[in-house]
Amino acid sequence: MPFVAQQMVNALQLGSIYALIALGYTLVYGVLRLINFAHGDIFMVGAFFSFFAAAVLGLPFLPTLLASMAATALLGVMIERLAYRPLRHAPRVSAVITALGVGLFLEHFTLASVGAQPRLMPPLIASAVYQAGPVRVTTVQLVIFLVALLLMLILDRFVNRTLTGMAMRAVSWDKSVVPLMGISVDRIIALTFAIGSGLAAAGGLLYATAYPVIEPYMGVLVGWKAFVAAVVGGIGVIRGAMLGAFVLGGAEVLVAAFLPSTYRDFIAFGLLLLLLIFRPQGILGRREVQKV
Amino acid sequence: MSRAADLTTAFFARPASWPLVLTGLLLAAWLIHRYGWLNPYQQQILMYVGIHIILTASLNLVNGYMGEFAVGHAAFMAVGAYVSSLITVRLFPFQAAPLLFPLALLVGSLAAGIVGLLVAFPSFRTRGDYLAIVTLALNMIVKSAIENLEVIGGPRGFLGMQRLTTLPWVVFWVISSLWLLRNFIYANLGRGVLAIREDEVAAELLGVDTRRVKLHAFILSASLAGLAGGLFAHVVQFITPRSFDIVRSTEILVMVYLGGIGSLAGSVIGATVYTVALEWLRFLGQWRMAIAPLLLVFLMILRPTGIMGLREFVAFIPREERNLRARLEALGRGRQGWPPAGEAGRVGPHGPA
Repeated sequence: MPFVAQQMVNALQLGSIYALIALGYTLVYGVLRLINFAHGDIFMVGAFFSFFAAAVLGLPFLPTLLASMAATALLGVMIERLAYRPLRHAPRVSAVITALGVGLFLEHFTLASVGAQPRLMPPLIASAVYQAGPVRVTTVQLVIFLVALLLMLILDRFVNRTLTGMAMRAVSWDKSVVPLMGISVDRIIALTFAIGSGLAAAGGLLYATAYPVIEPYMGVLVGWKAFVAAVVGGIGVIRGAMLGAFVLGGAEVLVAAFLPSTYRDFIAFGLLLLLLIFRPQGILGRREVQKV
Repeated sequence: MSRAADLTTAFFARPASWPLVLTGLLLAAWLIHRYGWLNPYQQQILMYVGIHIILTASLNLVNGYMGEFAVGHAAFMAVGAYVSSLITVRLFPFQAAPLLFPLALLVGSLAAGIVGLLVAFPSFRTRGDYLAIVTLALNMIVKSAIENLEVIGGPRGFLGMQRLTTLPWVVFWVISSLWLLRNFIYANLGRGVLAIREDEVAAELLGVDTRRVKLHAFILSASLAGLAGGLFAHVVQFITPRSFDIVRSTEILVMVYLGGIGSLAGSVIGATVYTVALEWLRFLGQWRMAIAPLLLVFLMILRPTGIMGLREFVAFIPREERNLRARLEALGRGRQGWPPAGEAGRVGPHGPA
């Protein structure tokens, strides 16, 4: 039993990181109906920004977090402005392919500019281990969990309780009526990209804190998994993304705990397939009514 | 332009033209292979082009013609590659392997087709983004399954294949695949495929057996990918699960959308342009892979439907279909808006209906 409890702590750590990235997918999908396949690579760039802030500029944890979030948010807005906005009225699939292209570009641009050798993230948090009943919790895990929880709470309050958040929900509801209410759709979409990318950068820093080796391809698998989490929860539903991330994190950690860890992806994605067959709209998603 | 188009039309209207062109292509491939007219490096590029054409055209059937969004095509490629390699290495005697190679390829593609069922069944219930995830999950599962099978090398990969894929073989399989796809698309089932893309509910109401159509389309697409995988394995002679990960799938997607959806000619162009351009850009070193996606983004912004985008070369349309269109036009259907005025020289891929 203590073993399972310990694994749950690990699952919370992994789930928190997935959640921050999954939120970016789900936010963008909510307002644009676009699967932003570049998001995993935005996460990777966020991790590299944190690396440079921490290793080159020598910033401590909190400034590193804020700096990389700001820089990555700017990158997200730029990507939206340059690549996605010209395609707002093009067939959906062109936008998706553009997203794939942007993702590949970010990967290989990073590869070509910083080199292929993995970088070691300097430790930003003094490591200590606390014994809480049967489980051991490290400071790194605590920080990851608290930062992720805080950011998610802020996001939830922002989207549900502020006027701008209401505008975001309105854009996701019906893009054609929103301008009539005096809301700039472009600005809301840019804001959404900024928030999503900022959260991904936070995820990048936390990931690099937990698993301190970063390289240009790290965003591919983590990004796809976060995407899976967003879908499991019901894409477009913010609380669904958080739930899905913890479900996926839990499934992965438990599989790795009881089976050879190479079965992790196999089981995680197998579960996903089963879920999609029986509940294609995700856990919290609502089935879209199709008009004929 | 229009004169050239007329000449092409006239040329391919003659019954004997296609066999002539194809025999010529095969002969050229054999001569190049036999007498080494191109150096091995150039031959290898040509073989990659051919393999990519099969992959692109087969994915185009699902993504372009049927309007689904499958993102895990490398999974089927992996199945075909591993099954055919296992057969040529473990089953066939060494000397007989070159002769029995086509058999191995066919078994590999059959296996891939069976795995394709795993996508076909979920596709009855769901489409769009969720089907994309099903295919993505399948890609991850296949890769992970191979990594966990120590008998076939696990994560270390599998080797020992002879270099059985030669340029004439590649040309032969490319021609067969394109021929098969063309006939499928312009047969009854293919009409169903297009109907599903335009409106699945309406197609169902008009009596299209959408399940049967999807089943056939997914199996055909998967088994052709398996065929390409088998060819690929016997060019590189060393395969690992990592050769068939999501990055490879993305590459195939890029070729499909670069060339243009719903067009066989587009698949040929997309695969050729992408493969050759990446080789040509080699002088850029590591920046090559950064420039290529950037070009794709520009292309999507300037021309969102790809190079060919729902159009087709006249040569890829069966003669019966062209005759049918000509008759329909003569009946006066043409004046009601098809083909649009001023576009009479261009032929749409899917007929007037």
